[in-house]
Amino acid sequence: MECRGTAGDTNGDGNEVMNVAMNCAECEILLHALLDNELDAGHARDVEAHVATCAACAEKLKAFRTMREVMAAADLKPAAPASLRSRIEAALPAPSAQIIAPRRFFQPSRRTFFGGFAVGSALSAAVAASLVLTVFRNDQNQQVADEVVSAHIRSLQAGHLIDVETSDQHTVKPWFNGRVDVAPPVIDLTAQGFTLLGGRLDYIDGEPVASVVYQRRKHVINLFVAQRLGAQHAGAISETIQGYNVRQWSEAGLDFWAVSDLAGDELDEFVQKVSAAVRPSGPS
Amino acid sequence: MAGDVNAEQDRARRFRDAALPYLDDAYALARYLMRNSADAEDAVQECYLRALRHFDSYRGPAMKPWLLAILRNVCNAEFARRGKQEIAPGSPDDAATAEEVPMWQEPQTSPEAVLLREQDGATIRRLIAELPPAFREAIVLREVNDLSYQEIAAVSGVPVGTVMSRLARARAMLRSAWNAAARPATQTATGTRS
Repeated sequence: MECRGTAGDTNGDGNEVMNVAMNCAECEILLHALLDNELDAGHARDVEAHVATCAACAEKLKAFRTMREVMAAADLKPAAPASLRSRIEAALPAPSAQIIAPRRFFQPSRRTFFGGFAVGSALSAAVAASLVLTVFRNDQNQQVADEVVSAHIRSLQAGHLIDVETSDQHTVKPWFNGRVDVAPPVIDLTAQGFTLLGGRLDYIDGEPVASVVYQRRKHVINLFVAQRLGAQHAGAISETIQGYNVRQWSEAGLDFWAVSDLAGDELDEFVQKVSAAVRPSGPS
Repeated sequence: MAGDVNAEQDRARRFRDAALPYLDDAYALARYLMRNSADAEDAVQECYLRALRHFDSYRGPAMKPWLLAILRNVCNAEFARRGKQEIAPGSPDDAATAEEVPMWQEPQTSPEAVLLREQDGATIRRLIAELPPAFREAIVLREVNDLSYQEIAAVSGVPVGTVMSRLARARAMLRSAWNAAARPATQTATGTRS
């Protein structure tokens, strides 16, 4: 029943102090952690080593282990009365059968806000969607603007800018077929001073978006095109985010976002050229 | 507006799916903390309404400890309203109460394992209910609600080390009371032989 330590380790109060890695006071605490599977392997070994040489702690471990077994077998967890469950159910707002379509717009992830733009018709089919979009329009546009700038910055990292590298518009445009669900206009603006670098498949909030990449001098311009990228809106957007100029407009059933570190007036010029080129040939 | 109604309903549905599975856990903890069924039911209902109000700020990690932490606050608030602080984090009587029960027990004269196994659920529940609040809370969160030490620490608002020492004390007290309840009055486990 006594701890068997080495000589000279009595601390005077009758309890033996172990001259091994762990004393009884530590073991007193840690054996519970052992029982609760909360000990790492090293400490578990220490406790077991101590218990192997200390009858008092071994006795405790055995007693507490028995208690745990008895408690686990006993019914210590009273079930909530059915009346309480009913009261709480009644206090919660009632569920409705017709929330399936609008539900996707209200989930906390932004992805669900835009989950519909690639398959736009599903969005517009929902009766409540227009109401929802009215409420979230500005916020949503801001979120997309931030995403677009992030995508632009990502694209500037080495090797990320273009997936199909060509100055030939007739190579870039077919490349997008099957990759995105729109046919983005790819325009040769070389004569106007904007060189076509190529095309890239990008992701805005997890959805594939076509990006047509242009360059003026050393300034890269990402032109993001999607069927619905951001909410429908009354007017075009012109702003600066993180030092990048951002232009947004809609034409021919498509949403355009142009991002660049190009000066604002030059980016406006780019927008005018693209817009003018899209307008006459714009289908739908 | 229809959108607001739908949003509210959707939120309630998500809350229902996330929180209602832990109703038994919540009720069990409330029973041990409040020590009667009527108060426990009121506390659990208040807990769920409060949890729904704060559901938007819930970021995980786990629903059960989040819910039980709210419940614990509800119970504390109720005790505070009644003018007696039943459960306080790191309450000063931790040490004092613990001193009353020696961790070291006298050598047993009859096999303890046999005695320990004689208790039924009702007796064990009573013995747990008689523990001082902080220790009762720790042992219930561990043995009844099956929370990890980390989760208990989060619910009780104390460091993990405090959880460990409280559990050790709680089980030592419980063991002592358990043995005492198992034996005839003539042969108590501790304290009578000096």
